[in-house]
Formats: sequence, C-alpha cells, structure tokens
Amino acid sequence: MKKTTNNNQLLMTILKGRTFIVLILLLIFFSVIKDNFLSVATLTMVAKHVSSFGILALGMTFVIITGGIDLSVGSVVGLVGMLAGGMIQEGVTLKFVGVTLYFSVPMIILFMLIVGALIGMMNGLIITKLNVAPFIATLGTMYICRGLANLRSNGATYSDLKGYETLGNTGFKTLGSNIAGIPAGVYVFAVLAVISVILLKKMPFGWRVLAVGGNEKSARLSGIKADKIKIIVYMISGFCAAWVGMINTAQLSAAQPAQGDGWEMNAIAATVLGGTSMAGGSGTILGTVVGAFVIGVINDGMTMCGVSEFWQKVIRGAVIILAVVIDQTQRNLQAKMALQARNENK
Amino acid sequence: MFDNPNVVLHCEKIDKIYPGTKALDGVSFDLLKAKVNVLIGENGAGKSTLMKMIAGIEQPSAGKMYMDGEEVYFKDTNAARAKGIGIIHQELSLFPNMTVYQNIFIGHEEKKGLFLNDSAHKSGAAKILKRLEHEIPADTMVGDLRVGQQQMVEIARNLIQDDLRVLIMDEPTSSLSAAEVKVLFKIVRELLEQGISIVYISHRLEEIMEIGDHVTILRDGKYVADADIKDIDLSWIVENMVGKNTQYHRFQRSIDLDKAEKVLEMNHIYLPKKGGGWLLEDVNMYLKKGEVLGIYGLLGAGRSELFECLMGLHPEHSGEVIYRGERIKMKDTSSQIKRGFALVPEDRQRQGLIQSLDICKNTSIASLQNYVKGIFLNNKAEETAVEEQIRNIHIKVADKKLPILSLSGGNQQKVVIGKGLLTHPNVLLLDEPSRGIDIGAKTEVFEIIHELSEQGLSIIVISSELKEIMAIADRIYVLSNGKCTGELTGDEINEDTLVRTSYAGLGTGKGA
Repeated sequence: MKKTTNNNQLLMTILKGRTFIVLILLLIFFSVIKDNFLSVATLTMVAKHVSSFGILALGMTFVIITGGIDLSVGSVVGLVGMLAGGMIQEGVTLKFVGVTLYFSVPMIILFMLIVGALIGMMNGLIITKLNVAPFIATLGTMYICRGLANLRSNGATYSDLKGYETLGNTGFKTLGSNIAGIPAGVYVFAVLAVISVILLKKMPFGWRVLAVGGNEKSARLSGIKADKIKIIVYMISGFCAAWVGMINTAQLSAAQPAQGDGWEMNAIAATVLGGTSMAGGSGTILGTVVGAFVIGVINDGMTMCGVSEFWQKVIRGAVIILAVVIDQTQRNLQAKMALQARNENK
Repeated sequence: MFDNPNVVLHCEKIDKIYPGTKALDGVSFDLLKAKVNVLIGENGAGKSTLMKMIAGIEQPSAGKMYMDGEEVYFKDTNAARAKGIGIIHQELSLFPNMTVYQNIFIGHEEKKGLFLNDSAHKSGAAKILKRLEHEIPADTMVGDLRVGQQQMVEIARNLIQDDLRVLIMDEPTSSLSAAEVKVLFKIVRELLEQGISIVYISHRLEEIMEIGDHVTILRDGKYVADADIKDIDLSWIVENMVGKNTQYHRFQRSIDLDKAEKVLEMNHIYLPKKGGGWLLEDVNMYLKKGEVLGIYGLLGAGRSELFECLMGLHPEHSGEVIYRGERIKMKDTSSQIKRGFALVPEDRQRQGLIQSLDICKNTSIASLQNYVKGIFLNNKAEETAVEEQIRNIHIKVADKKLPILSLSGGNQQKVVIGKGLLTHPNVLLLDEPSRGIDIGAKTEVFEIIHELSEQGLSIIVISSELKEIMAIADRIYVLSNGKCTGELTGDEINEDTLVRTSYAGLGTGKGA
C-alpha cells in the first residue's frame, strides 16, 4: 500500500515536470545528432523565434484559464505591424486639415499597445455583453484585423523601416536588433513573463482569473465581476499581440499584411503543452514559457536536421495530442491519489 | 417605522416573479436578532428564493426590506455583504481548482501593498479551520477534499467576515456526517452568543427541533405561519407545510392487485456514492402487473437514482433484480429499453424533449426502428403510430408538424409520455410527471396514468407532492437518505405517516 503511494508520488513528480523533462531530452537529442546545436548562435536563434509566439502564449494563458480562447492574436500581429510600418513610412495624414503627422518611435509603440488592448477589449465586450462564444467572437475579429491589415496598404509591403532623421522617427529597428548579444524581443518576453507571473500569483487579479475559469457562477456569487475579468484577459492578450507585431516588424525591417498568419495556433499549442487546461481553471506562466521553448526547439531542431516542412507539421500535431493525453493521465492520477489520501486519513 | 430592536432585518410583502411562475407572493418575514430563524416548506415553496433576495443574489419584483429602521436594497451580493449578510449555499459554491486558503479569502484578500499576503491567508485559514475542528492543510486543492470538508470550507469563508450580522445557511447539513453536524451546531451557538443572527433552512425536522428558535413556514410562495419552536410539535409543522386545500380524488381500481403477478422484484439493491456512503442502501421493492407504485421522498433521497438504476445507467449497483421471473443484470440503457422499461424523466426540457424537432418526431424518436422499410424511414407508418398515440392519451394538437414548444407544458408532458408508450413498455417509470404543469393538466396526466394501469401496464411514479402521490398510487414506498423507510398501502397512506417516514433515515444520531 505504502509502496504504491510512493510510486505514484514519483510518477506524479515526473508528470508535473514533464514539459521541462521533455525540453531537456529534446536539447540532448538534437545536440547529439547535430554538433553545433548547443552553440550560442543556435540558442540565440531559438530564443528569438520562441519569444515571438511565446509572448502571444503569455496572453493566451490568461484567456484560456478563464475558459476562453483568442484566435485573433495572429491577425493583431499583422495589423499592428502594418499600422506601425505605415506610421513610420507614410505618417498619419489628416485629410481635412491637409497635414501629415509623423510620430516618434516611443509614441508609435504606445499607440500600438493601445490598439492591441482596444482590439482585446472589443473581443471581451463581444463575448461578455453580446454573449458570443469566444471561439466565434475572436474568429470574427481575426478576419476583421487581417482585412484591415491588408486595407492599410492595399496589400503592399512597407519595407526598409529605418525611419528618417529629419522626421525624428528613427530607432524602430532597435526592437528587432540584438542588445548585448541577445535579441530585444527576448528581453520583452522575459519582462512580460515576470509581470504575468506576478499578476497571476501575487495579485488578487490572478485569483479572480482562476475563479472565473474554475466556476463562473460561484465567482459571481462571491462578488467577483466576471465580465470585467474576462474583458481584461482579452485586453492582456491583445496587448501581448501588439508587442509581437512590433518586434516581428522590426526584426524584418518590413511590414507585410500576412505576417503573424496562423501564429495563434503556435500560441495555443505552447499554452496547452505547458499544462493549461482548455476547460479553464488551471494553468501556469512558467509552464507556458517551457511549452513555448519545447515547440521552438522542435521547430528549429527539425529544420536544422533537414526535416521537411511537411513532416514538421505532422510531428508538431502529434506532440500536441500526446501532451494533452499525458495531461489527462496526470489529472486522473491526481484524483486517484487524493481519494487514497482521504481513505488513509479516515 | 420598522425599528424593533429584536428584528435585524424585516421583509415587507416581497414578490418574486419568474417567467411563468410567481415564486414569492407577498411574503413578509422578520429575521430575529441572535436567534436561529428556521424556514420550512416543501420543495419549491420559495425558501431559497426568499434567501436569495436577502443575500442580494436576486432582487425582489416588488416589496421592501428594512435593516435598522432604514430601507435597504441589495443590487448584488457585495451590497448585501457590506451590510454583514453572508450565505452558505445549498449547492456548494467553491472553486475546486483553487486551494483551501484561496477559497476562504477570495473576495476578502489580505494585501501587502498591491500584492497578496499569502502567509496571512494561510495562517488565517488555519486558525478558522481549527475553530471548525477541521485542520485541513490550507494549501490543499478544494477539489481533492471530501464533500463534508468542502462544506466546512464554505462555512469558513463566511466566518472570516468581521462585521458578519446575518448568516444564512441553506441546507448546510445535507452533506455532513453526524460528528460534523455537532461541530456546526457548536459554531452556530457561538455565533448566537456574538449576536449574529442565523437563518436556517433544513429538511431534517429533528435538527430543527434541536437548534431552532423560531420557525416560519412557506407554501407555494406564500407565508403560512410562524411560531416559536418551543410552542409547537412535528404534527403542527407537517400540517402547515402540506396544507389542507387542493384535493385530488382517489382512483378506483378494477384490477385485483392481490392476485396480480409480480413483474419486477428488487432485492438488496446497493448503489455506492462517490467519496463514500450509499446513494441507495439495501432497497427492497416489488411491482405487480397493472399496479401504480408510488415512490415518495425528499430531494436527494435516492428516488431518481433508483430510476437511473432501472434504466441501466448505474451498472455499478449490486443486488438481485428479478424481471418477469428471470434474474437480470441492468448493464446498459438500450438493453433495458428492449426489455420493456421506459422512463419519463424529471426535467422535461433538458432530458425529455428535443426542442428543435416537431411534435411528431418528438413522439416517435425513441421507437423509430419500428417504422423502417429497408434502410428508409416509412413516414406513413410513423405518422399513423403517432396519430394513434395522440388520440389515445388525448394530446391537444392542431397539427403534429407544429414545433414542440408551441404546446402547453401539460401537453408537452403528454408528448413525452406518448414517446415512452410508443416503445411498448412493460414497466413505465414516471419521474415527477406533474412538475411545472397547471392543475387541469395534472388531473389529465393522472387520468392517463390510471387508464394505462387499468390496461395492465405496470407504472412507478416518483413525486414529492403528497396529495398527488396519495391520489394516484396503489402502494407507496418511502425513501429516505437512500434507505427504504416504509411501505404503505390502503389506509396507511396518509400525510402524517408519509412525512414522518420520509425523515426517518435522516436521524442525526445515525449520521449521513
């Protein structure tokens, strides 16, 4: 009896840290078959890729914990990129007064973050006030934002976004460059991840997010404004997407309407791999970050090993399904152990 | 105006109207200070609705509430809580995905600056749980706790409020063991000493006699009577709870049931409950051909679980079942339907009807395999069968192709019964067949039940309305807390015995 309990506990520890264990195994695996995989250059590249959809996954984690989903983030990346690119390249023309305004880079960043949060707010309002299912509401805004991104330039690309000294809007590319050898996006990812952990673990807001996802009716009975919480999590998601839109545009030094297409799926995959339940009510930021790295290492590792793009998709899909199956196993085991503990206490 | 110092809260002529029903009708209620105010009534009498008004969960359609001589209006739970009103819900309102201390402090978090002070939460939770004599580790997930422990967490949530003045307990003991009930009563007495007023809703009459000070009785959303516990007895409560008006006439049987064969026999049926205990405990019953058997019991007595067993939904049950002289295993629903069992479920809208289909399809959906030609549906055969059924049980329809929701509640219920009958059952199970339909339709449903039994169909009816079950049943089993506490026939069937037996399994001494 005692022995099986210990075995269960060991299994539990392994299951809980599984994403991390998988990450280590992947790193070992790829470094064995590819000599230069564990080099600074490779890891920097992986981190750069991970930071883009990793930031989306941070916002997605909040949304999914409340039991929702945000499909619009990939399109917000595209829209924000186009708006930022347009502001640098063409400025904002006010037709009725006949002037064109150019903004400094910090102003542009601020505007873009507001745009992202506003789109999130729209998602939240549609979901809570108009009672539209999150999947449908954000599917709608996904198309709307992608359409708007194309409309901004009629489908053309804004290239060479270094700005003009004379207009005082240079410096946007810093967001896409390396600072002390590390891509700027990785710093943003790190800072946003830390803020997310604090929000979720250390502030009442985090409890409310968990409560709304765990039992919305009880949350309302406990005096929690569930609608407000939901609107805020979509705003966080939109805010994160705006960062990714700017970082990605800066990295390419170009804005094109199709950027970010399908990234919402990477973000959802990273979140789910990290142990956040699609049913809502549970999830951690650390899990999501590790999950994002697992996806990043698989992607870049396979590319470096010459695995075809098509096979990569097959493998990525299989990994996601496997992750959820293991997650179920953990939950079942946890329930079993709780039952056991209860019986022993009697 | 209302500033009686002994009354902490006064409700004046409260109405609550839901679409289609009046849940509360001009109810006035005095909540006495530092007393245990007991509310009693049958299911649906309006007790929980009244408490929802006081706790700010719902708002009255009309009427006023006063505290300290001033009118108060609670637009939400926060407003009621600000006035010191806490509620322990009948259905647990906890967060299974969060820890014990998070559940206790959510909404009243202790903060250090902007941040949560988790060490204060943990020590605060430990202190309050110690007071409740349940030293559960504060960082356990609530979902991993036993239901009784969860109930304690729910109680603990309310006790952390410093300015608590009124604590509403809606059936707080329904999932507690005898020892836990004792602790709860100790806490209740402590709270009274601190001047906190308690509202106590319970079906367990012995408990009410032990802990209660003042009792108020509601029936059909109306105030009936109130009195001090010391001045009354059980019979007074039953009489006021049930009332004397509405009488249904008892049906006369032409079949001699003494000579009828037994269709179904159940011996020593046990059905385990998740987390220990039994949903059904040693239930023994039989049913004769052409008999109308009543099952009476309170909510949660195991009535619906018994039907679920008979429909094969609980293969985990144990015991012996003999059906038409043969021992059977009730493993799955489709084989139970083939054997001739048909269920008319309790929740007509959710389990009985498919709202998007028309009347005809709703009636034939369970017996479609009878109207098949090759691989195609024979519409003519289907419609003929449905029309015959509509005639037989007098469903009032203009056209069988109309949407099901165009019918009245009573006629919808007849469609559900008709659906069951089209499967040509030998045993018809009716779970609360008269719920939510008007009095005229009720009488018609009872007549249908009577006619069917005269034709030789064996019927089991669950009802929590005394008058109804007394009118239609030839014999009644009373279930209480999963146990069969009585079998009544003929003259033994009267209100007093029914109510007394239905509480028999709940003795606090024996525990849950």
